[in-house]
Amino acid sequence: MTEKGNFHRWGQPLGVLDGIPIAVKDNFNTAGIETTCASNMLKGYISPYNATVVQKLLDQGAVLLGKTNLDEFAMGSGSTDGIFGPVRNPWSYSRQYKEKTPPKSSSENEESDWVITGGSSGGSAAAVSSFTCFVALGSDTGGSTRNPAAHCGVVGLKPTYGLISRHGLIPLVNSMDVPGILTRCVDDAAVVLGSLAGHDPKDATTIQDTFKPFELPNLIDVRKLCIGIPKEYHAPGLSSEILALWSKAADLFKDAGAKVIEVSLPHTRYSIVCYHVLCTAEVASNMARFDGLEYGHRADMNKSTESMYAATRREGFNDVVRGRILSGNYFLLKQNYENYFIKAQKVRRLIANDFVKVFGSGVDILLTPTTLSDAVPYMEFIKEDNRTRSAQDDILTQAANMAGLPAISIPTALSKRGLPVGLQFIGHSFQEKQLLTVAKWFEKQVKFPMIQLEEVKRHDCSVFQHQKSVSFL
Amino acid sequence: FCTRGSSAPEGAKQGSRACARPATGHRGTAPRGLASWVPVVGLEIHVQISSNSKLFSGSQVQFAAPPNSLVSFFDASLPGTLPVLNRRCVEAAVMTGLALNCSINKKSLFDRKHYFYADLPAGYQITQQRVPIAVNGSLSYSLCIDNKMSQMVTKTVRIKQIQLEQDSGKSLHDDARSQTLVDLNRAGVGLMEVVTEPDMCCGEEAAAAVRELQLILQTLGSSQAIMAEGQLRVDANVSVHHPGEPYGVRTEVKNINSVRFLAKAVDYEIQRQIEELENGGTILNETRSFDSKLGCTIPMRDKEGKQDYRFMPEPNLPPLILYDAKSLPVNMNHQQVVNIDWIRERLPDLPSVKRAKLVELYGILPEHSFTLLNEDGLAEYFENVIKQTQMKPKKVIGWILNDLLSYLKQHALTVKDSPVSSFLLADLLNLLERREISSSAAKQVLEELWKGEGKTPLKIVKEKKLELIQDQKELEQICQSVMAIKVGNQKVLNKLIGLVQRATRGRSNPVLVKQILEKKLSE
Repeated sequence: MTEKGNFHRWGQPLGVLDGIPIAVKDNFNTAGIETTCASNMLKGYISPYNATVVQKLLDQGAVLLGKTNLDEFAMGSGSTDGIFGPVRNPWSYSRQYKEKTPPKSSSENEESDWVITGGSSGGSAAAVSSFTCFVALGSDTGGSTRNPAAHCGVVGLKPTYGLISRHGLIPLVNSMDVPGILTRCVDDAAVVLGSLAGHDPKDATTIQDTFKPFELPNLIDVRKLCIGIPKEYHAPGLSSEILALWSKAADLFKDAGAKVIEVSLPHTRYSIVCYHVLCTAEVASNMARFDGLEYGHRADMNKSTESMYAATRREGFNDVVRGRILSGNYFLLKQNYENYFIKAQKVRRLIANDFVKVFGSGVDILLTPTTLSDAVPYMEFIKEDNRTRSAQDDILTQAANMAGLPAISIPTALSKRGLPVGLQFIGHSFQEKQLLTVAKWFEKQVKFPMIQLEEVKRHDCSVFQHQKSVSFL
Repeated sequence: FCTRGSSAPEGAKQGSRACARPATGHRGTAPRGLASWVPVVGLEIHVQISSNSKLFSGSQVQFAAPPNSLVSFFDASLPGTLPVLNRRCVEAAVMTGLALNCSINKKSLFDRKHYFYADLPAGYQITQQRVPIAVNGSLSYSLCIDNKMSQMVTKTVRIKQIQLEQDSGKSLHDDARSQTLVDLNRAGVGLMEVVTEPDMCCGEEAAAAVRELQLILQTLGSSQAIMAEGQLRVDANVSVHHPGEPYGVRTEVKNINSVRFLAKAVDYEIQRQIEELENGGTILNETRSFDSKLGCTIPMRDKEGKQDYRFMPEPNLPPLILYDAKSLPVNMNHQQVVNIDWIRERLPDLPSVKRAKLVELYGILPEHSFTLLNEDGLAEYFENVIKQTQMKPKKVIGWILNDLLSYLKQHALTVKDSPVSSFLLADLLNLLERREISSSAAKQVLEELWKGEGKTPLKIVKEKKLELIQDQKELEQICQSVMAIKVGNQKVLNKLIGLVQRATRGRSNPVLVKQILEKKLSE
């Protein structure tokens, strides 16, 4: 590998990530490397440029191992609806899961019991979770980084909107998308954030302020903190297990001297509907460029331009994508625009204001669950359609995207079934340092167990902390 | 279909006569009668901004480059690319807005306008539908009444708004091979769409307004506005109604490739609508294409039913914020913002101001100033000649407009390409002014100069022996030999003077000749 070669030649590391293996979700453009978004529309599409975030990682010396699987065009919460098939959660093959969840019948292959990673950045979460790399890039529009992070037992960071460049990230919802960072520990996330954050002239929605990379303190005092527990996040369908874990976490902070109070984000319950209108509208717009003319799949249909477009888009997109395009176009029709799109924008403002009020009243960090339950088996997941699943699973993560706030999911404990459960922290805009500091403290307290994959032989488990971190400098 | 030539039916004739009648702002009131119609004309003018790169990407702007050689990833709509606003385009729009007396919106927004077409790679155009960059302006232009340049009237058309938007690519239909070829060089080039209120009433007004707009844009440098190169494209909205009644259904006329065709297209469409309505028909709210060969408008099949463009805010571009001297934050870097007042202070003299100055400074007629400005470089040429000659401007202008300009037109040359430089012409005019030659001799010299052989006027005069004969004795001899009849009648005197002039090939001093002849005749 040339990077390694350079290292030896100059005797200096290229950057903080020199030699670190990384994986990148397949909706980021990578020069000379196929970028598919797990869709037939872009199968075989070789991107001519690197996304800014990819370039930044490579500039720091990171080694790209590969592109990871996702739901087609990042639409989904299970990483099950891409053309390359579903992503399997590595924890399905862990000793912890196998011990707790005996196979349905001994004759049946354990293949049928495997659980989903969550989505849509399932491939990236699985890659980090199974030790194939230290860092993976995901994207987060409604929870797509935090959800799989929680299900796969890794750290999933959604930065503040506008902090990290979206240039080269194939968009789902331009006004909500952010590149997400998946790592094994919070310190690593801070390092990667330091390499990625900052103004990009190629992305007009990034803020101009200079970003100062930070290191997280090792000794953290939470006594001055005020932790908010939003009562609306006790959502219908929240498993009693996770509810208990959430409560335990709150107690952890209380016992350490932090102020823990219940708060209210009254418009939370409208966020899913609001999201669906705004998301589908932007999807309808963003997908309009896929017509088979300049790049990507082109149908073998020459009767007319229109018929070529129609065939190309029918062949190139799966049902989920096409469904969202249809809905989105409906909401954008002149007669519907006011009642749907404008209305949704107003509701979005209300949701964002909920956070402004709460954060303005002295709350530093919000503590919530990330998901309603642990990862479900694939066979069960696919019983409901994508839209239903998304609506259910996004409820706890979606509002942070609406408001553009930073949020992080930290692996907290194993469920009864031996699968990871994560809890989420939501912070003030552009206050990633505070957010990650609190997250790091929490991570230290819970001491989440390492996945025990038979295929991967590990040394003494008690030194896992040292091994997980890449900060050897 | 299209059977009509260019003859106008009764009603339209009245309409156009009414149009030329001096009336400030409101349309002419036609005399009551069989066909009293009020035509209503509004324009949508797409102006290509003169800039090095495109509105939202860094690829170059250049006319007639090899196909698809000026296309960036963003222009080709490659997934993941984002728009970044070009500062120069914003400045061009502000300049144009100020020149057209608009209010500049300190905050304006960008939107996506969706439709599928081969020359629109993203499936949407980025434009300004909700809040454009400039609104509520006016454009003043002048018309000659009854084609007499000596009677000019000033009219004004209100400018509804100016918006920034992307140009589309070009699709070329190859019917022979049943294929469409797409060239994206033009895709993403910055446009200013100038929308007028329907304040005009005929083709002549529309053409004059557009001509004046062209001059303004060229003066500002915000666009070269050459229609032949697609830098200025005009769509006309036309309707007719009876005075006092509500406006009629309007049609949109596209595919107009020159100012001259604009006048024709508008007038044709007015006539067509009047005839249609007078025959009991109705006007459809449709888009029509102007066929320049046949001189008529034809319905365009493409638009079936009304398109819903599903406008949506452009999420990748924050609102465009402009500043003025008052609102400019103290520590803001001047390079990072667009300051409306800064631009206003640096606006060049607009054509109307330039014309007024020419009239005042040089005492020429208003219609002369129009001609001077209408021809690229002619005003500068004129002023250069003035600087280098003692001849009065009122006399110089005649040489410029009658002699030089007609030569240029005859040979289809621009002022820039004139073989006769302002220096040479001034030199010639000086000879004339010093009475070293007569004016008819000067014309002969000019003809010679036009050959562009590099000779000076003086040289030509010497070569052709065109010097004015001042010598009394010499002239007396000539007069003697020319005089045939001894009569005391003025007519004959003039004839004799003419004969002497002919004999001397215009070199004789006419004043002296007259004296000599009179003397001779009275002897």
